[in-house]
Amino acid sequence: MEEVTQELESKEYFINMGPQHPSTHGVLRLVLSLDGEIIKKVEPHLGYIHRSIEKMCEHDSYQQIVHLTDRMDYLSCHINNEAVCLAVEQALQLEVPDRVKVIRTIIDELTRLSSHQLWWGVMGMDLGAITTFLYGFRDREIITDIFEETCGARLTMNYNIPGGLFFDIHPNFQKRTKDFITYFRKKLPEYDTLLTNNVIFMQRMKGIGKLSKEDAISYGVTGPTGRASGFSCDVRKQHPYMAYDKVNFKEVLGTEGDCLARYKCRIAEMWESMSIIEQLIDNIPEGPVKVPTKAVIKLPKGEWYQKVETARGEFGVYIISEGQRSPYRLKFRSPGFSNLSALDHMARGCKIADLVAIMSTLDLVIPDIDR
Amino acid sequence: MHNEGIQKFILDRVPEAECVEGTQFLQVTIPSEKILPLASELKSNEATSFDFLFCLTGVDWPAHMEVVYHLKSTQHQHQLVLKAKINSRENPEVATVCHIWRTAELHEREAYELFGIKFLNHPDLRRLLLPDDWEGWPMRKDYDDPINMIAY
Repeated sequence: MEEVTQELESKEYFINMGPQHPSTHGVLRLVLSLDGEIIKKVEPHLGYIHRSIEKMCEHDSYQQIVHLTDRMDYLSCHINNEAVCLAVEQALQLEVPDRVKVIRTIIDELTRLSSHQLWWGVMGMDLGAITTFLYGFRDREIITDIFEETCGARLTMNYNIPGGLFFDIHPNFQKRTKDFITYFRKKLPEYDTLLTNNVIFMQRMKGIGKLSKEDAISYGVTGPTGRASGFSCDVRKQHPYMAYDKVNFKEVLGTEGDCLARYKCRIAEMWESMSIIEQLIDNIPEGPVKVPTKAVIKLPKGEWYQKVETARGEFGVYIISEGQRSPYRLKFRSPGFSNLSALDHMARGCKIADLVAIMSTLDLVIPDIDR
Repeated sequence: MHNEGIQKFILDRVPEAECVEGTQFLQVTIPSEKILPLASELKSNEATSFDFLFCLTGVDWPAHMEVVYHLKSTQHQHQLVLKAKINSRENPEVATVCHIWRTAELHEREAYELFGIKFLNHPDLRRLLLPDDWEGWPMRKDYDDPINMIAY
C-alpha cells in the first residue's frame, strides 16, 4: 500500500478586528497579523471619527474651544474643559477664586470616579461577566444625577468657562455628594468580591500584556496604565493645579505592568478619589464663582502648555497665540493616542482573547484618539 | 538641572541654537539638520536624560515649518521645548526620532499627514487619521478645500 504523506501548509494571515467590534468601545479598526491564534502584529487604523477639532479651533474663540474638548474624551469631559480654561487663565494671568478651585477639583474627582466605574463595568462585560456592567452603571447613575442637577447636563457638562464656572453649585450638591460617598464606600468592596478574586478572571488578567517601566516611558503611556508599570506620572502630584496641592492623596503605583496591575491600579484610584472628595466637600470656601473676562478673549503673543490628569492619563493643551481672538495653532495631546501606540508592543505573542483583555485595561476612548 | 544648565548643554553642542526663556519652559530652536544627534544626546546623557517625549507636533509659520518636541526627564523632572526649524515649506524634511522615543512613531505620522513634513527613516510613514487618498496637507495655513472646509 502506498503511503500518503501530506504536508500541512502554514502561513501568516490577517484579520480585521473592528471597526464595529464590541471590545473596541467605538470605531477603532485593528488589523491583526496572526499565526494560528497567536498575534504577530497589531496595526491600528484610526480616523473613523476624526472631526479635525484642531483645525476648527483655529477659527473659534477660546470660549467655543472649551465646548469642543468634551467631545473628545467624553468620560473625562470636565477635566478636558478645565485644561483649556487653565491654559487661557494662565495666559491672561487670571487668578480664579478659591471656591472655583475647590469645586473644580471635586467635580474632577467625581468625573474620574464615574469614568472608572464605567470602565470596570465594561471591562467585566468584555471578559464575559455581564453583572459587572449592571453594577457599574447602577453606581455611575448617581454621579450623573448629581452632575445633571448642578451642571445641567449628564455627559457633556460644559461647566467650566475661562475665568471660573458657568454658575454656582446646586444647594443639594454637597449633601448628595456626601451621600454618594457613604454609599459607594460600601459598594466598592462588592466590586472586589464580585470580580477581583475570581479564578477565571485572574487567569485572564495575570501576566497578560506586560509593559515594562522603560517601555511605558518610551511609548509615553500615562495615567493608570503607565502607573501600573511603575512609571510615576501623576500630573496632580508633579504639577499640581487647582486644589490638588491642598489635599492628601497617594499616587497609586504598580510594579507588574500586566492587566491585573492596571486593574488594581484603577480600583485603588477610586478609593483615593473618594478620599480627595471627602477632604474638600465640607470645606468649599464662600465667594464668587467666576472672575469677569472680556467677551472676546485675546491672548497675548506667545505659547502655553497646560497638562491635567484625566481618567486616562496626561491630557495636554498646547496653544500658540499671535494675539488674535483664535489660536494660531492648537494641539491636544490626548492620553489615549499615546497609550494606543503601545498596544502592538503589549499584544505580540498573546492570543486574540488576550487582546480583548489588554484593550479593556488600556481603557481607550476612541474620540479621544481621533480628535 | 536648571534651565541655565540645559541651555549651556545645548549651546555647547549646537552653537547656533536660539534659546528663549518662556513662561513655563525653556524653548530652544535649532536647525532641523541638527535634531538627530542632539536628540540622542539629550536622551542618553546622564545629566539631561530626557526620556519622556510627551508631545510632538508640527507648526506652519508663514516662512518656515517647525516640529515641536516637548520633553521631560522622569529622573530629574526638568522639562524642555525643542523646536526643529525647517526652512523649506515646499519640501519639509526632518530626521525621525522614533527609535529614540517610541511614542514618536504615531505622532510623526500625524504630523506628516496634517503638515506634509517628511520624517526621514521613519519605518512606516503613511496617513493616519485621514483616508489614504486624501490630497493636500490640511493643517497648513494655505490649505484650501471648498467642499470640506467650514466657511467663516
